[in-house]
Amino acid sequence: MATRNLIIDGREIEADETITLLQACEQAGAEIPRFCFHERLSVAGNCRMCLVEWVGAPKPQASCALQVKDIFPNKDGTPAKINTISPYARKAREGVMEFLLINHPLDCPICDQGGECDLQDQAMGYGRAAFHRFNENKRAVEDKYMGPLVKTIMTRCIACTRCVRFATEVAGVPDLGATGRGEDVEITTYLEKAFASELSGNVVDLCPVGALTSKPYAFNARPWELKKTESVDVMDAQGCNIRVDARGPQVMRVLPRLNEEVNEEWISDKTRHACDGLSRQRLDRPYVRVNGKLKSTSWAEAFAAIAARLKQTSPDRMAAIVGDLAAAEEIKALKDLMTALKVKNLDCRQDGAKIGLTANGQKAPRQTYLFNSTIAGVEAADAILLVGANPRWDAPVLNARIRKDWLASGVRVANIGPAVDLTYPVEQLGTDIATLAKIADGSHAFFGVLTDAKRPMIVLGGGAIARNDGAAVLNLAAKIAADTGMIGPAGTHAEGGWNGFNILHTAASRVAALDLGFLPVNGGRDVAGIVDGAQKGEIDFIYLLGADEFDVAHLGRAFVVYQGSHGDAGAHNADVILPGAAYTEKDGLYTNFEGRVQRGRRAVFPPGEAKEDWTILRALSEVLGVKLPYDDRAALVAAIEEDVTHFATLNAAPVHADTASATWGGIGAAGPLDSAPVTHPMTDFYLTNPIARASETMALCSREFVAGGKQMAAE
Amino acid sequence: MSLRRLAPPEMQPASFAFTAANAEWAKKMIDKYPAGRQASAVISLLWRGQEQEGWVSHPMIEAIARMLDMPYIRVLEVATFYTMFNLEPVGTFLVQVCTTTPCWLRGSDAVVDACKKHIHLHPQTVSDDGKFSWMEVECLGACVNAPMLQIGSDFYEDLDGPITEKLIADLRAGTQVKPGPQNSRLSSEPEGGATTLKDPSLFDGSVIGQYTAYAPTGGGTTDAEGKKPTQGASDREAPAQKPPGAAT
Repeated sequence: MATRNLIIDGREIEADETITLLQACEQAGAEIPRFCFHERLSVAGNCRMCLVEWVGAPKPQASCALQVKDIFPNKDGTPAKINTISPYARKAREGVMEFLLINHPLDCPICDQGGECDLQDQAMGYGRAAFHRFNENKRAVEDKYMGPLVKTIMTRCIACTRCVRFATEVAGVPDLGATGRGEDVEITTYLEKAFASELSGNVVDLCPVGALTSKPYAFNARPWELKKTESVDVMDAQGCNIRVDARGPQVMRVLPRLNEEVNEEWISDKTRHACDGLSRQRLDRPYVRVNGKLKSTSWAEAFAAIAARLKQTSPDRMAAIVGDLAAAEEIKALKDLMTALKVKNLDCRQDGAKIGLTANGQKAPRQTYLFNSTIAGVEAADAILLVGANPRWDAPVLNARIRKDWLASGVRVANIGPAVDLTYPVEQLGTDIATLAKIADGSHAFFGVLTDAKRPMIVLGGGAIARNDGAAVLNLAAKIAADTGMIGPAGTHAEGGWNGFNILHTAASRVAALDLGFLPVNGGRDVAGIVDGAQKGEIDFIYLLGADEFDVAHLGRAFVVYQGSHGDAGAHNADVILPGAAYTEKDGLYTNFEGRVQRGRRAVFPPGEAKEDWTILRALSEVLGVKLPYDDRAALVAAIEEDVTHFATLNAAPVHADTASATWGGIGAAGPLDSAPVTHPMTDFYLTNPIARASETMALCSREFVAGGKQMAAE
Repeated sequence: MSLRRLAPPEMQPASFAFTAANAEWAKKMIDKYPAGRQASAVISLLWRGQEQEGWVSHPMIEAIARMLDMPYIRVLEVATFYTMFNLEPVGTFLVQVCTTTPCWLRGSDAVVDACKKHIHLHPQTVSDDGKFSWMEVECLGACVNAPMLQIGSDFYEDLDGPITEKLIADLRAGTQVKPGPQNSRLSSEPEGGATTLKDPSLFDGSVIGQYTAYAPTGGGTTDAEGKKPTQGASDREAPAQKPPGAAT
């Protein structure tokens, strides 16, 4: 790595030649103001706020657009001198700020960006107080329509083009552009259509001024009124790091948090904007069904109703299903409770995915159901085979990574499943699962692509494994993985290790539940078996822990207990409702599809009489006479860690270690394939869980982008 | 310069297609660039489209975007950036009046007034008979014959109000008009004919090789000597304070 010496503000530093002067100055500890520069976007160099003095150069230099390798030393061989805080640099920036403010409206008091506005902050540093010399009218720009999430006040725009570059480069949806020129430049979508990206909300974060603000959050709160809690997202299984901003009892907004290994600094629109669903359709007190009608009741009576029913039921006629949003704590508590009651009919795979169990009905090793390549590892891949996965919907932020990989290295991506626009070129191999068999036996051309690739990946989505022949598909995929060198040396991808076998989950709870063994081991019934049993009268009692995504309406005459946060499908068909906490209302451990354990934190309290979920199960266990052995969350987490040791290691993806071919031979079960076409797991990105379905914003997005015939990713 | 937006939907044609000849030409343009860089042909194609239709319409932008595999917004950006692309319908004769400083000093206001009077009060608006529209443009590079205007690819120069009015009337009537200077000048020669280089011997070949006859006496300088910097080149003109009342 070539380096070059620079003297920045009198301090000599050695800077990597490939970085920009702005980054070098930051490494030297200098703070450079900027509007258009962004680490994850291309360099535009059009705001000029980052001007610095290069001693000897005839003009101030835009440090974001000047690469270190272009800074030559002085004639006498001494390193170039860069001043970032000299009066010269300061005057230059003051001049730029003056230009920017000529046309910027003075509407900070009514601007939603107020208090977290780059322009406001930097005007404090570089604005010339009591000094203005322009009496002309300010430019006014018409506001544009950009969809249900992004509110525009275009007069405030300083034309930094961050949003345009984000849309084009990261989101891969080139809907935004800058029309006109000079003073008349306007940021707009093409003919004012909605910005059709699942990552559109990120332009609001990127906008350094108040031109693009959040439409659902408009005029709702000021940043300094909000209590900020660092947490983890549950809208998909990626575990994006988020910050939950709450005022009093209400979550006002959700923002991304920086985590290079997971979500960089992006989150999807569902993560960001489903939070209004947290205050709608909430279950805030226990209910018991009396004569066919749900009647609100007390905790004691609800527990008594459950206990009375359980007394009459034998364990083989009982079942429990874990939903998609549960944290590890309540999964563990429910598992322990059900184990104490000797119930074997446990399942967490609401979609019927054929994973987590070996052929003889035991818990399968972890790497058979994880996204083993890791999210950051995607950037190292050079061939990807998607089967029944639509990463644009299943994990939009992961899709941005694949696109980043494609931009950087031109990764070859092939897709078995419905053809969708994934924002990068994809070889469509049709929807016939037999294609996978052809790749497995080497008769398909893509087998060669995978074999030749240094770091090939296979990604199995819900559409591949949640099929009747899911076990056979899994088996074929494992064979491909073993035959094409996807299972490389041990270690992280940065160390040269590689594991290209990946399952792309969409449920945030899934991996934790699989890890904790919430599975029908030793011959228990799976979800389909439970539903079937309930309809046939063989299952009399079903405990749903926030499970709404399977056929909950047809559970026959079974007694259904629904514990969850929202009055969704599961609650409608329940006999007893126990109000639980949503993900912003409890401390919880979540394991993302990589197997990375992360901790979500409570931002607000559950509404009404609702309680944290594990405490409900703990209280219920006492009523049922099988008291769970933990009295506080610390003891519960200790029990989880004792059960599954990796829960003790937070924020780290598991390192690929096992190269034994036995593991890869034993996944799934060889068998005949169905003729059914491969589908995608989601039919509507915006309405995949109870919180999102309760959200008005998500309903608007669904109408705009999915139902309105404006085809986006799937269909 | 003002905001450049696409013409309102009611003005837009239903569709756009290049003529066969233009389509072939467009293909050649696209082929000039390496594979994957076909977007470089966007200005050429927009320009040819404008030559065909007179202006750049919404269907044209989308058709060209599809031809070049570009997002629509990228083509819209180009079309709205360059003022040479007309985003509204134009008349048969698009009168582009130069109003940059030299032309303005030489009376382009009178030319504009003539356009306002005989075409339409507003620029970029088609006259009632559909034959004309006019617009102000920046310097067209014919300052020596200012004021001037451009119609199609022809310059009409050395104008004033009445000449412009007559020009418009002639075009409207279908009379043949002569491009170039509209007064007695021959291209950019002085009015009333040339004043230098009038010696006929300059043009009959008789002075070929006779350069030495014009060379200064007393030797002269060699090439190397001639290229040496003189004293003046290294002297800096010091901005000395002039005494009050000194002549400038």
